[in-house]
Amino acid sequence: MKAAVLLFPGLNREGDAMRALEQASGLKPALVWHAEHELPAGTDLVLVPGGFSYGDYLRCGAIAGRANIMDAVRAHAARGGLVIGICNGFQILCESGLLPGVLMRNRDLRFICKMQHLSVERADTPFTTAYRKGQTIKVAIAHGEGNYEADEETIRRLEGDGRVAFRYCDAQGAVGGAANPNGSTNDIAGIYSEKLNVLGLMPHPENLIDPLVGGTDGRGLFASIASFSRAA
Amino acid sequence: MKARVTVTLKTGVLDPQGKAIEGALRSLGVEGVASVRQGKVFDIEIDAADPAHAEAMLKRASEKLLANLVVENYRVEIL
Repeated sequence: MKAAVLLFPGLNREGDAMRALEQASGLKPALVWHAEHELPAGTDLVLVPGGFSYGDYLRCGAIAGRANIMDAVRAHAARGGLVIGICNGFQILCESGLLPGVLMRNRDLRFICKMQHLSVERADTPFTTAYRKGQTIKVAIAHGEGNYEADEETIRRLEGDGRVAFRYCDAQGAVGGAANPNGSTNDIAGIYSEKLNVLGLMPHPENLIDPLVGGTDGRGLFASIASFSRAA
Repeated sequence: MKARVTVTLKTGVLDPQGKAIEGALRSLGVEGVASVRQGKVFDIEIDAADPAHAEAMLKRASEKLLANLVVENYRVEIL
């Protein structure tokens, strides 16, 4: 699998993302600077990592979402190429128009950094085949703006078309209520594009790939992508 | 020419920052505050001399970058 990890000023999770991709695929991803106009030839997957691009100025992800390289990412996605945005990367994908909706300030106004359980809503997409449908996984969250909002029609469409990827749940898998950390609509932690080839999520699966640091529940996501690319 | 773009949250969009400011004003004893919504103001200097042209340019700027039309409205004023 040829993966490209995008780099914008202010991101800080690109190293973690590259490590997770290399662990799953055996290949070192390319690091691509935002001012570039093209992705490396033969790129299968574009990963937009987390952090604080442009210091979260204006709105989270607003400036990065309009960078040169995002035109190439839009073209890659239109061709059916895989794209994943994690945390600030999810915000960037929303601001770039690749995913609908917006990530607003957390309901309680606090930056939240903790372990969080997620429910895997479907296991038949390029990103989730290594999981079971309905499986509860434990990953990390670290964000101040993770409260997913969209107009009613968009939410209806996301729900109706099975485009919710992950929801916040408790350790027993019960979705929502006190397990929703940020007030996100319908407990949404991640969503897919219409063709299921673009995924955005607030939690950090790339930080849960080593038993020494909290667990390995994030590995499934990278293993899924790697096996999808092998089969393609 | 000087212009001002004001970006505000659409009605119905939850504004926890506005709510916090509203609470703070009450606790400071400022009376009569019914509600607070927080927004952004951009003061922009423009090279163009034609106000209609400037307004069209600022609308483009607002829709391309300054406002996220999913949750925000904008208003352009030529000062």
